[in-house]
Amino acid sequence: MSERSEQTAVRGDGRHAAVPTQRSRPRRAPLSENKKSERRLGWLLCAPAALVMLAVTAYPIIYSVWLSLQRFDLRFPDERAFVGLENYVTVLSNEFWWTAFGVTALITVVTVAVELALGMGLALIMHRTLVGRGIVRTAALIPYGIVTVVAAFSWRYAWTPGTGYLANLFSDGAPLTERASSLAIIMLAEIWKTTPFMALLLMAGLALVPEDLLKAASTDGATSWQRFTKVMLPVMKPAILVALLFRTLDAFRVFDNIFVLTAGGNETSSVSMLAYNNLIRGLNLGIGSTMSVLIFIAVAIIAFVFVKLFGTAAPGSSDDERR
Amino acid sequence: MATETTTRARLRWGLLDAVVVVFALIPVLWIASLSFKTPATLTDGKFIPREWTLENYRTIFATDQFVRALVNSIGIALIATLIAVVLGAMAAYAIARLDFPGKKLLVGVSLLIAMFPQVSLVSPLFEIERQVGLFDTWPGLILPHITFALPLAIYTLSAFFKQIPWDLEKAAKMDGATQGQAFRRVIAPLAAPGLFTTAILVFIFCWNDFLFAITLTSTERARTVPVALSFFTGASQFEDPTGAICAAAVVITVPIILFVLFFQRRIVSGLTSGAVKG
Repeated sequence: MSERSEQTAVRGDGRHAAVPTQRSRPRRAPLSENKKSERRLGWLLCAPAALVMLAVTAYPIIYSVWLSLQRFDLRFPDERAFVGLENYVTVLSNEFWWTAFGVTALITVVTVAVELALGMGLALIMHRTLVGRGIVRTAALIPYGIVTVVAAFSWRYAWTPGTGYLANLFSDGAPLTERASSLAIIMLAEIWKTTPFMALLLMAGLALVPEDLLKAASTDGATSWQRFTKVMLPVMKPAILVALLFRTLDAFRVFDNIFVLTAGGNETSSVSMLAYNNLIRGLNLGIGSTMSVLIFIAVAIIAFVFVKLFGTAAPGSSDDERR
Repeated sequence: MATETTTRARLRWGLLDAVVVVFALIPVLWIASLSFKTPATLTDGKFIPREWTLENYRTIFATDQFVRALVNSIGIALIATLIAVVLGAMAAYAIARLDFPGKKLLVGVSLLIAMFPQVSLVSPLFEIERQVGLFDTWPGLILPHITFALPLAIYTLSAFFKQIPWDLEKAAKMDGATQGQAFRRVIAPLAAPGLFTTAILVFIFCWNDFLFAITLTSTERARTVPVALSFFTGASQFEDPTGAICAAAVVITVPIILFVLFFQRRIVSGLTSGAVKG
């Protein structure tokens, strides 16, 4: 059963790549009544999904902009008032915000870079290994599937003095009570958890590399490094960009690992952690919403830069071309 | 590299495989090991327990705190998965099969949602759910779960749907079936493997959620296991909760391990087809 599903997936890939225009628009002479009912059905089928997605994201984010313009502390509900951009001034002139922003940026850049390198290696192993392909793929899926909080507890106890097997690896101190080592452990936990996902996205790109091309390059005397950089990488470029975009935005949201590992202590808070603390611990809805809006803007800028830099290779556009 | 199957190459690959397997499994084995340790040996720093016990598991299953959270986790993830897969299948069918204005917009919107910073919704959803009475309820968590699972469901399913032999549908329609009947009777059975794979991916996603679960709940009414874990304090305040936390962590890891063991091929093909080829 499962074998068959993989076969069809592979066959489907081939078909997509070889005959991209097979499903070109007019399937038969357009009967206007037919066309109309097709449209209606299309809208009807998409409406529930679209409504849920918009109701739970678009409306709250607009509401959040409105909240961010108010002084609104749930402990002092009577003092609620419209204050314009005051909250933004407060947050953007606050050193905690910028520390958290720096931590988030550092974690994002380092983890994504390491994951790209490790993920490429893992993708090559999963794709090309001659022995135990099933075992290695199964093992790699475990970090992907495991609950982040569970993995975070495992890492926390591993580095806890006395309890953990890693605690005395570098020094006799407690690694999770110092800033640099805490950040390193947070990044380690993130990398462990998300490298397999990166690898799977890259493996999808690897599957598109034509075997003949590799053989031809090899016959022409290309070394394996040359085959990797000159043949594989160019074909894989779209997959790499998609993987980078998704992982970058995902890394920017880092929360679970920090919550469990350090709870944001020793200046290891990410922006998500800070927004959470302002809302749940501080019950300050105005400031919390301001941070929400700022994080949204930051993520939008990252996504925009990616799409602008890589143009047609962005997921949305390449998707349309293929159809 | 591609064709040589010398013993040397096999050995090299085997070694690389071993590194990956060890790296992937160590944290899981470690927390499992901790969960089987007795309180006396919990802090001995040994990777393998010297004395084995099931006491930690007995403890957590005797507490309401954990059992309620487990019921919440399972119920919320199952309902959210079911709804997300049904809504996602409808939309994916339309995307894969029908021609209508606004299709690109829907694909674009799902892509945006997939990239959306969830923490940006935490403050407004907290306030909205308090006002409409959804705060600290199952639906209050199910709704955001569905929302963020939908892009995954739509992408994976439309990739699967594009591989289905659609001529069968045409044949059914020629025999007098309506588009709706053709979908239910002919296409749905063919699409079942894709639906199943998507359901696994969506379930894993919902099961994993921590941010929404910790901000949109306040009591045991809707608190899920990942959140309950972070609030475990032990039976009395002098008792170290480490063993209990590890046992609970292992319990919620078991379904994931089973999925991965039995459906590895499906999960891999679902993730790779949905993610890039959408």
